[in-house]
Amino acid sequence: MKDTLGTTGLIFNESLLWEKGKKGRRGFSLPRRDVPEHAVAKKLEGPGPDFPDLSEVDVVRHYIRLSQWNFSVDSGMYPLGSCTMKYNPKTNEVQAARPGFAHAHPLLPQHLSQGALQLIYELEQYLTEITGMDATSLQPAAGAHGELTGMLLFYAYHKSKSAPRSKIIVPDTAHGTNPASAALCGYRSVPIKSNERGVLSPQAVEEIMDTDTAGIMVTNPNTLGLFEENIKAVADIVHAKGGLVYGDGANMNAVMGIVNMGDLGIDVLHLNLHKTFSSPHGGGGPGSGPVCVGKHLEPFLPVPRVIKQKNRYVLSEDFPESLGKIHAFYGNVGVMIRAYSYILSMGPENLKKASQLAVLNAAYIKERLKGTFHLPYDRPCMHECVFSDKLQEPYKVTTLDMVKRLMDYGFHPPTIYFPLVVPGAIMIEPTETESKEDIDLFIESMKTIAREAKENPELLHAAPCKTKRKRLDETLAARKPCLTG
Amino acid sequence: MRYLPHTPEDIATMLKEVKIDSLEGLFAHIPQDCRRKEALDIPAALTEWELNDHMDEMAHTMATAPEYRVFLGGGSYRHYVPAAASFLAARSEFVTAYTPYQPEVSQGTLQAIYEYQTLTAQLLGMEVANASQYDGASALAEAMLMAIRVSRKKTVAVSRAVHPMYRRVLATYFEPTEFNIIELPYLSDGTTDIGALRDMDDLGGVAVQSPNFFGCMENLEAIKSSLPDKKSLLVVCFSEPLAYGLYKSPGHSGADIACGEGQSLGIGPTFGGPGLGMFAAKMKYVRNMPGRLVGQTVDKEGNRGYVLTLSTREQHIRREKATSNICTNHSLCALAAVIFMASLGGTGFKELARLNYDKAEYFKGALQQAGFKLSFSQPTFNEFVVAFPDGFEKTYQELLHKKFIAGLPLVDFYPELKNHYLLCATETTARDDMDALVKEIVQ
Repeated sequence: MKDTLGTTGLIFNESLLWEKGKKGRRGFSLPRRDVPEHAVAKKLEGPGPDFPDLSEVDVVRHYIRLSQWNFSVDSGMYPLGSCTMKYNPKTNEVQAARPGFAHAHPLLPQHLSQGALQLIYELEQYLTEITGMDATSLQPAAGAHGELTGMLLFYAYHKSKSAPRSKIIVPDTAHGTNPASAALCGYRSVPIKSNERGVLSPQAVEEIMDTDTAGIMVTNPNTLGLFEENIKAVADIVHAKGGLVYGDGANMNAVMGIVNMGDLGIDVLHLNLHKTFSSPHGGGGPGSGPVCVGKHLEPFLPVPRVIKQKNRYVLSEDFPESLGKIHAFYGNVGVMIRAYSYILSMGPENLKKASQLAVLNAAYIKERLKGTFHLPYDRPCMHECVFSDKLQEPYKVTTLDMVKRLMDYGFHPPTIYFPLVVPGAIMIEPTETESKEDIDLFIESMKTIAREAKENPELLHAAPCKTKRKRLDETLAARKPCLTG
Repeated sequence: MRYLPHTPEDIATMLKEVKIDSLEGLFAHIPQDCRRKEALDIPAALTEWELNDHMDEMAHTMATAPEYRVFLGGGSYRHYVPAAASFLAARSEFVTAYTPYQPEVSQGTLQAIYEYQTLTAQLLGMEVANASQYDGASALAEAMLMAIRVSRKKTVAVSRAVHPMYRRVLATYFEPTEFNIIELPYLSDGTTDIGALRDMDDLGGVAVQSPNFFGCMENLEAIKSSLPDKKSLLVVCFSEPLAYGLYKSPGHSGADIACGEGQSLGIGPTFGGPGLGMFAAKMKYVRNMPGRLVGQTVDKEGNRGYVLTLSTREQHIRREKATSNICTNHSLCALAAVIFMASLGGTGFKELARLNYDKAEYFKGALQQAGFKLSFSQPTFNEFVVAFPDGFEKTYQELLHKKFIAGLPLVDFYPELKNHYLLCATETTARDDMDALVKEIVQ
């Protein structure tokens, strides 16, 4: 490859905040004082924090320089599997920044906060429709928070039947948040292996499902990027024993307008608005993890719920079987505004098209890289595909080496070493917002790296070489934790 | 659609490569009875112009300053965010990045969060802070679960003067567990009644909020010395961390865990979220902490750098044995907070805290002069409770018509506090507005 995206450029060094402060500087304009000073109770008074004092210019340069050390969706392709790093539309930011929303106090009288309540109400309706479920709560603040809410719904449901259960079935391909969320509700995870086709087999579920098992957690499409083709049979088995089916909707981007989750037998599904519905990930949040449920679980959803009475939107606590509150207020409204703005910008046809193109992009990558990299499950994929480093083993080159090298070519690495069922996994999710040209360049870069693995493995062991920092010593960080400066 | 770059030719070429004849064909392997038959029934796509009009109309229905004079606090506060701070927190290199799993291309986020952890620990007087939780409520719930893990006991006590909504979330988290929550009443001065603590068995932790929901500072040292058992942890919660620019921090008052809401630090209220769950503890408890941690290390060339660390506590490694299920947290809000703290500096932080205090004290004085009584005598920070005479509810409604939101009626949260209202003044509250409100009430 002659021209790669990745290059070296002028990047600034920048010290830590407190290495550059100087007493007597300030970066803040206080309002003119219009009230007198008042005495403070000496017993309670403290010294206040000893933060560095900086000028506004210091602060601006500091964080601009730091920002330039980050890879981001706005700078390039970010094919992190299961993370759906699609483009984050800028109009969404404008909508969320409107003073009426951004400055709104959560405890305003309801008749003075109709716009926000309407937005929550309508977004719940849209998500209910898109997933093919019956009702939605936007209160959970992130995907794992939605999972926890889902498990609390399971718990509340079984409790209402006066038959609490103690176990939950979790496939070996599940995200780590699944068993951790279940554990918070006191459920013991019973692992289940996917079959040789990479999906759940009804027989395996039949063998372990019993009347002490609250249900099963299924990610569909799963983390191998495969559609769980036996999902209806699995759901029937679980339902027959009085259990419930939880759907991890992290991968909803593959099936908008294509599959109704409700029709598959799923009872609770969480979504990640920061994946499928284009709100930015923020370097690790805030996200939003709504839960969508079937009719039979609606009474247990978190309160307050926004309901419509005549032409007014009202917060209602009148759901006696509700699991309670999961967020101090109503959830991450700022993220909801972005998702709402995205859905309205896309409309029904484009949402479906987004899923189609997300799958097309993944299928195209799978087809063109198969042979170059080992493809453990050569089957039609959905929005992501999973390779491994098996073909590079003879050259003593690992997945980690290859994805670090990918940085030098100007791409963010895919998700690696996950799902755990594929040793050395390379999980690629391009999303629909990458153009054919960018995808072709990604494929070329991956092929170049495979060639380098054969011809010059040292290059890969030393990668990345163009980034601000070279490979970091994670063992040292964990052995001698230095968590504050 | 401007977010979808594929031309019809691109689609045709790519389909040919994958040997499928149509976009629909990509889904042919999905069993027919799993396929959706009908089109999505949501509104047709809007142009950006139409979207702007629609959103503008909705946003305009919201009662916000300066059109309304809003004296609400209670867990969400109006503070001024410097232009430079909101500008920096909106940098798309920060906004559109993922969790920093690949440190070589995420040093910006990592160093910023390391700085956030450092300043947070300092503000709260603690030894270690994590990279954030969702909000004050989930931070409290995780803190109490951590107190149970550390102490290996089964009961926690929580003050009734802790934010009522945080207590409800805590109850939700505890519902499916075998652990118990005991509520501690409050005294007539507005602080927590710790009398019952001495006789409690199996107490893993005690949670109080300071400043509490009534705005009152708790006597933390006295609570710490009343803990019945050395193993019980003192958890100090907060919804207004700016108070520690004036008052002693939780750590300086004996807290084992300090947690709460950091929305005050440069984050807009946005109808209650996203906020910032702040979480800090003593270093000896670090391996029991929930959430992400950024640590300092070196790269291959010996240069200082930062990585996510101690992840053996976390769900992606430990799965069901993790200290928490948290994955995505509120990183961008933590970034906004550290930029805000850096902009203020130690000097500015103290000045801003003092101004908030003085505004509220002025407000109190003006109301007292007009003949109204404060409900509680304990010192407060920027909010406080006033006992209005019977029938004030009607006045409150009339004031809404005049675009005054005269605080938060407490009766919805505390049935015994009929006619008591929580009022808040920050640096954004002008003396003229407080005077105008007092004048309106008296009329």
